[in-house]
Amino acid sequence: MGVIGPNGAGKTTALNVLAGRLRPDRGRVVYQGRDISGTPAHARTRAGIALTHQIPHPFEAMTVFENVLVGATHGGGRAERAAYAACHEALELAGLVAKANLRAGELTLLERKRLELARALATNPRVLLLDEIAGGLTEPEVLAMVEVIRRVRGRGVAIIWIEHIVHALRSAVDRLVAINFGATLIDGPPDMVMASPEVQRVYLGIDVA
Amino acid sequence: MSLLAVRDLSARYGDFQALFGVSLEAAEGELVAVIGANGAGKSTLLRALAGAIPSSRGAVELGGRSVSGLPAETLVGLGMVLVPEGRKIFPSLTVEENLQVGAYRGRPGPWTLERVHALFPVLRERRAEPGTNLSGGEQQMLAIGRGLMANPRLLLVDEISLGLAPLVIRRLYEVLDAIRAEGTTLVVVEQDVSQVLAVAQRVYCLRKGAVSLEGVPAQLGRAQIAAAYFGT
Repeated sequence: MGVIGPNGAGKTTALNVLAGRLRPDRGRVVYQGRDISGTPAHARTRAGIALTHQIPHPFEAMTVFENVLVGATHGGGRAERAAYAACHEALELAGLVAKANLRAGELTLLERKRLELARALATNPRVLLLDEIAGGLTEPEVLAMVEVIRRVRGRGVAIIWIEHIVHALRSAVDRLVAINFGATLIDGPPDMVMASPEVQRVYLGIDVA
Repeated sequence: MSLLAVRDLSARYGDFQALFGVSLEAAEGELVAVIGANGAGKSTLLRALAGAIPSSRGAVELGGRSVSGLPAETLVGLGMVLVPEGRKIFPSLTVEENLQVGAYRGRPGPWTLERVHALFPVLRERRAEPGTNLSGGEQQMLAIGRGLMANPRLLLVDEISLGLAPLVIRRLYEVLDAIRAEGTTLVVVEQDVSQVLAVAQRVYCLRKGAVSLEGVPAQLGRAQIAAAYFGT
C-alpha cells in the first residue's frame, strides 16, 4: 500500500503510530487480530512490525554487518547463529553483501538507504513501514530500490510505503491512500486515486476546472 | 562575468579523496544544475565551496575575488550560502528562530521573514513551534528559507526537492526562476534530472569526483547525458 499527501499531512505521524513511537489519542491499532495500541515500539518490532526512517542514522562506527546484526538480535530477537543467517539474507535482499565489512559511516546515500532497509528486514517483519526509502535517490537508483521492494513483497511481507516519487509507488503498489490534514482523502486503486481531482489539486498542484 | 569560478578543486575526507580537480563556472543570475549518481561527489563539491569542509587543492573565486580557504561564516557574509543535505534544523530553536539564524551573518537584501513566509506559508503558521516539530518536507522548506534569509549572491542547494510533495516542488521551481531573474545565482543538486534540466542554464555532471560532462542543457542529448552519468 502506498501513502501520498502534501507535506505536513500526517504521513510520517501515521507510520509512527503504527510502529508504536507515538501513542494515538483515540482509535486502535489492530495487528493480527490483536489490539496493540498500548504495546511499546520494541515489542511491536519483535511481533513483526518494522519501520525505516526518512534520514538513516546507522551506527556509523560499526560495520554494515554489525548494524544489521543489531536489527536481527535486538529487533528480531534471534539468537546468534540464526541472527547471522538473517543478516546475510537481509544484506543479500538489499544488495549490500559486498559492503558488509565497511564502516556504515563510509556509505553513500543509496547504500545508507539500503542499509536502513536491511536493518528492518533483519528483524523478520511481516509488516514493513517505509518512510521515503527512495527519497534522494537518482532515477536509476529509484528503479533499483523498487525492484528490491518488489522482491520483499514477493516473500509475503505487507508493505506500507510513503513516497513522493509517484511513478515509483505506482509501479509497486496495489492500493494507494492519499491523506491530507491528518485524515484520509481517498483510498483505492492507484489509477483511481491519482485521477481524483482532489488529489490533483492538493497534492500534484494541477488546477482542475 | 562569472560570479563563481572554480578551478581544479580537490577535496578529501581523511585518506579518501572525493573530488579530483573539479572546474566549474556560474554566471550572475544563472541556475546551474549539478547532477550525477550518489557518491559522485556532488555534496562534497557544495560543502567544499561553502567552506564546510576544507579543499586540499584548487582555487575558488566569488565575484572576481579569491575566497579559497575562507571559513564558512565569512563566506556567508560574502554571499555564499549552503542549504545542506539532511536539513540540519536547530532542534532547540523555533521555526522563526531558525529563519532568523539564516540572516545572522547574511547580507541585507530582498529576503525577509515576510517574503519567506509568502513562499512557504506553513512556516508562518507554525512559527512558534520547535523547528524539528515540522514534518520532513516542511523542514526542507525551512532549510531553504533559512538559506534565503542570508540574501545570498550564490545559493548552493543540496538535494533541493528531497521530501517535498509535487505541488511544493512545482512552486519552488517557479520561485527559483524568479529569484534567479532578480540576479541571485543558484547551484542546485537535484536527483530529478529532467526536472532540473528544464530550468537550468548550465549543467555539470559529476562522476567519481570529476566533471564528466558540462554544457547547456538544450544542447545536450539524452544519450550524451546518460553516458556521462553512468560512464558507459
